[in-house]
Amino acid sequence: MSPTVIILFLIIVGMTLVVTYYAAKRTKTTSEFYTAGGGLTGWQNGLAIAGDYLSAASFLGIAGMIALSGFDGFFYSIGFLIAYLVVMFIVAEPLRNLGKYTLADMINSRFDAKKVRGVAALNTITIVIFYMIAQLVGAGALIQLLFGIDYWIAVLIVGIMMTVYVLFGGMTATSWVQIIKAVLLMIGTIIISFIVLAKFHFNIFDMFSEMKTATPLGADYLKPGVKYKVPLDTISLMLALVLGTAGLPHILMRFFTVKDAKTARSSVVTATWIIGIFYVLTIFLGFGAAYFVGFDTIKTANAAGNMAAPLLAGALGGDFLMSFVSAVAFATILAVVAGLVLSGASAFAHDIYAQIIKKGKVTEKKQMLAAKYASIGVAVLSILLALFAQKMNVAFLVSLAFCVAASANLPVIIFTIYWKKFNTAGAITGMLSGLLSSLILVIVSPNVFSPIEGAAIFVGEPLISLTNPAIISVPLGFIGAYVGTVISKKQDMKRYAEVIVKANTGYKE
Amino acid sequence: MEKRIDYEKIAESSGFKHLMSSKKKFIVPLTIFFLVFYFALPILTSYTTVLNNNAFGDISWAWVFAFAQFIMTWVLCIVYVKKASFFDKLANRIIEENFEKGEKGA
Repeated sequence: MSPTVIILFLIIVGMTLVVTYYAAKRTKTTSEFYTAGGGLTGWQNGLAIAGDYLSAASFLGIAGMIALSGFDGFFYSIGFLIAYLVVMFIVAEPLRNLGKYTLADMINSRFDAKKVRGVAALNTITIVIFYMIAQLVGAGALIQLLFGIDYWIAVLIVGIMMTVYVLFGGMTATSWVQIIKAVLLMIGTIIISFIVLAKFHFNIFDMFSEMKTATPLGADYLKPGVKYKVPLDTISLMLALVLGTAGLPHILMRFFTVKDAKTARSSVVTATWIIGIFYVLTIFLGFGAAYFVGFDTIKTANAAGNMAAPLLAGALGGDFLMSFVSAVAFATILAVVAGLVLSGASAFAHDIYAQIIKKGKVTEKKQMLAAKYASIGVAVLSILLALFAQKMNVAFLVSLAFCVAASANLPVIIFTIYWKKFNTAGAITGMLSGLLSSLILVIVSPNVFSPIEGAAIFVGEPLISLTNPAIISVPLGFIGAYVGTVISKKQDMKRYAEVIVKANTGYKE
Repeated sequence: MEKRIDYEKIAESSGFKHLMSSKKKFIVPLTIFFLVFYFALPILTSYTTVLNNNAFGDISWAWVFAFAQFIMTWVLCIVYVKKASFFDKLANRIIEENFEKGEKGA
């Protein structure tokens, strides 16, 4: 471990702590804690969305996947990006118009039932926990590799730091940590891509030609089919990626930090540009790592390829660039995890404690306190789970979170906004059928059961061959919502009129 | 508040119906388009090898198609923003007609 690494780490961590200090002074009400008082501009929120979204899975995972499997790795980049069109076209503006702090608020604008709020909060917490374990496992691996400290200490450090950000600075601090990180990540990625491109004399055709002989895969490296050989599995994964984002609670929560639908829209536009540019550049990160670092070195550092980007930075720019990229990766994980803690905590404190247990009759001070306890609770639970999940595949956990989000949240969000006949029973059956089907299908999938020892958690024959069950569970989420609605037959047209008018005009009483 | 806002009346008004139908006419076809365009890539690469032929130098059609997804996203982004400001105008008119008059009286 070189002194440069330590110094850069300290600078970046110091920067985020200063931000937290100033944010903490301004965070007094629950609205400030959950949503930064709704006062972010479109640009700021766009950067924060990008910061929240470009997680360890994107930066470390995709770079590694493209490095090791060429074209197939790029599928993730495409899916993650197109997902923003779903967010922009279908979800963002109505969500901002109807919601207050959480996803459950928005669904509750149509249905008062406590059960709906409870189930929505349950979905949120499930997704948050899966996503969070993945990030913490990634963080542990990164810190362990860089500093040579034990995995459990690494997880503990990250866990405690993010709790500090959330506890003291709330959404304001979390947003600013995400903004700083998004900017640093883009700078790092652009620098590395530029150096890679320069090494190929700024000729993209040359780069592609060189890649045909640069890896053990030969010309196949540039073709689809290296990693994803089962057509239905590929399509199922693509479905989870494109629909999952619009159901991810920590991304949806970001739309409550702006004042109106117009700003929500402009923040999605900003985010889409930044995320799009980043994902185009993942080609340079991936190709560069395969070419300049080499398959064997990448695989030795981390079998899943997670260290490809830092290794590439080291190969091209030496210690300094490698330290910078590692520090950025660390900030990335912190920012994403802080956002996750907040959305999990708000589901607990706002939906379950304040609205369901206390029936909305709770003082500002008490709710704030509840939110802080909930943050600690979510953090402790995820740290504990992450300690047990060390050997688990990070990509599996993230794709599971996407699958649950696409199956359990998205159908209900879409029906709430767009379907006249949708009702309370439909909302509950929809959320539960999406949640349960995706969880059960994953448990019986090759991710959990594999005949080869060590390839999955248990040794055994999987019941289904799909690694990502979205292609089954997403339709089940929609069908569940539909069937529940049709069977119970209850309808409230007055309420729907109110929802549709508010969602589309942005009018607030 | 003195009188409840009659949302059903607004939902039935011609102004609001116009907003909804123009939104639908824009969003539904474009959403179908980008989803079809998106899934065309994995379907073509999984079930056929047509995209494996080279388009430019050693860059195959699969890569060209993949880049086209990015271009499409950005183009739709720009198109959406333009169209959305038109929706904003319609929405503002509805708010002015239905809410602000009532509020002044209250």
